[in-house]
Amino acid sequence: MTEQISLVDYLVLGDEPHLVAHECTACGARFFDRRNACAECSGTEFRSADIPTEGELRTFTIVAFAAPGIPVPFVAGVVDCGGTSVRANVVDVEPDAEHVQLGMKVKLKTFPIGTDTAGTEAIGFAFAPLSREG
Amino acid sequence: MAEDVWILGITMTKFGKRPNDDALDLASEAALGALADAEVSMRDVGILGFGNVMRVVEGQQLQKQIGQTGIPVFNVSNACATGATALRAAVMAIKAGETDCGLAVGVEKLSGAGLLTGGSRSSDADTWTRKGRYGAVASVDGRIGTEIMPGVFAQIGQEYGHRYGGASFELFARISEKNHAHSTLNPMAAYQKQMSLEEIMGDVMIAYPNTRPMCSANCDGAAAAVVVSDSKLKTLSLSQQRRAVKISASILTSDPYEEGCQVLPNVNTLTKNAAAMAYEQAGVGPEDLDLVELHDCFATAELVHYDNLGLCEEGGAVDFFESGATWRTGTTPVNVSGGLESKGHPIAATGIANIWEVATHLRGEGGARQIEGARVGLAHVIGLGSSCGVHILERSAA
Repeated sequence: MTEQISLVDYLVLGDEPHLVAHECTACGARFFDRRNACAECSGTEFRSADIPTEGELRTFTIVAFAAPGIPVPFVAGVVDCGGTSVRANVVDVEPDAEHVQLGMKVKLKTFPIGTDTAGTEAIGFAFAPLSREG
Repeated sequence: MAEDVWILGITMTKFGKRPNDDALDLASEAALGALADAEVSMRDVGILGFGNVMRVVEGQQLQKQIGQTGIPVFNVSNACATGATALRAAVMAIKAGETDCGLAVGVEKLSGAGLLTGGSRSSDADTWTRKGRYGAVASVDGRIGTEIMPGVFAQIGQEYGHRYGGASFELFARISEKNHAHSTLNPMAAYQKQMSLEEIMGDVMIAYPNTRPMCSANCDGAAAAVVVSDSKLKTLSLSQQRRAVKISASILTSDPYEEGCQVLPNVNTLTKNAAAMAYEQAGVGPEDLDLVELHDCFATAELVHYDNLGLCEEGGAVDFFESGATWRTGTTPVNVSGGLESKGHPIAATGIANIWEVATHLRGEGGARQIEGARVGLAHVIGLGSSCGVHILERSAA
């Protein structure tokens, strides 16, 4: 089987791919980056917290103009996953204002973004509409 | 109790394409203009606050053009709030009693700069290697959301619309229509072109719902202000005292932690905090404001700041705009300069140029775009990262 690597540290691959945050043990604030301390309470102890794979689209934009090499248009947004905000693209939906709706229910999905010279496949993530009716 | 601080002289250069002027030319023009407007010289100035986000010049280089007097220079950088930060440094020095006269300058050369973040993307490496604080093996812009400012601020406006309802592509475009209409009266603006709603909505889409004319215009420009203590002002001529503009509040905040603020910048809370502190410090309320210059870096941003600055009730920004209140003929004229969408946004100059606009109306020197009888005004800037500057200005009673 092809070796795989996640696009970012906070994407966990496997049978049930999901995102994981550093959660402050003192106040519960969640962060996706490597931490020195907590921005809310300055605490320095963190535990791993699995982020729900389903959420609601809190806001979005449809990027039509981007750096060379970035395919446009694409939908970029913020998904509220059970109270934790996640930045991501929204895929499997027509990138226009009729099809992308604020508040729509979405689900995490993963997909290959490329293979390096060692044959390792990098896996990225995005969110897709949970149901396709309408 | 610290002394009151006054704007004694202030100026902005014409914004736009200035191919024959480098950043030092523009900074010198603004600084010398502000000194002339104040009727003082570099010999009177005790502190220089200087901003240039692109870091092509520093305050010491300006001194080497217009006056090396040996005073301290604070080279500051706070993204789009840099100009307000330079002014804040000068104001603080006066309030601290270290000097009685300060100069603040902001300058930028941005014509033709294109996207300022997310404007380039490195190609993927030959082998995946984790880098940076997210351990990313490849560039994430466009793969995990967007880094471009039109897209970030589009989401900020859309989020407000989602929470309170009523916002639409057309509504955001109508805000832009207002500012472009206002710009036709401002000869200092980079663009003075009236645009119809159809033209704005039909223009090139950058990041929905922001089309090109709904984005701030990259351009060249500078602005500068001379500020003095109350006791210094009392020693000056009656004409200087009459044209002086009181800085009733000078506030700078950063963004306090909230859930999600490191995922999508929260430009709301730090603006609300700055506004509350400014109204308290000045002893005025939003209902007292005769005009407001707020940070419309994108049309989607202007909407949320009606609410953040308390110009309307919470959640009421859409109705407030629909009422016509923010047109120059309305109850709270907003961005009568044309705003960043048409006046232009030479980043470090913006946070002083918006104060120049308000001060010009308070002095009754606004010409064709004068808001008649203006006595109190507010200037607001946001720099992502984030910083918020709010200044409340009042006309001299002299």
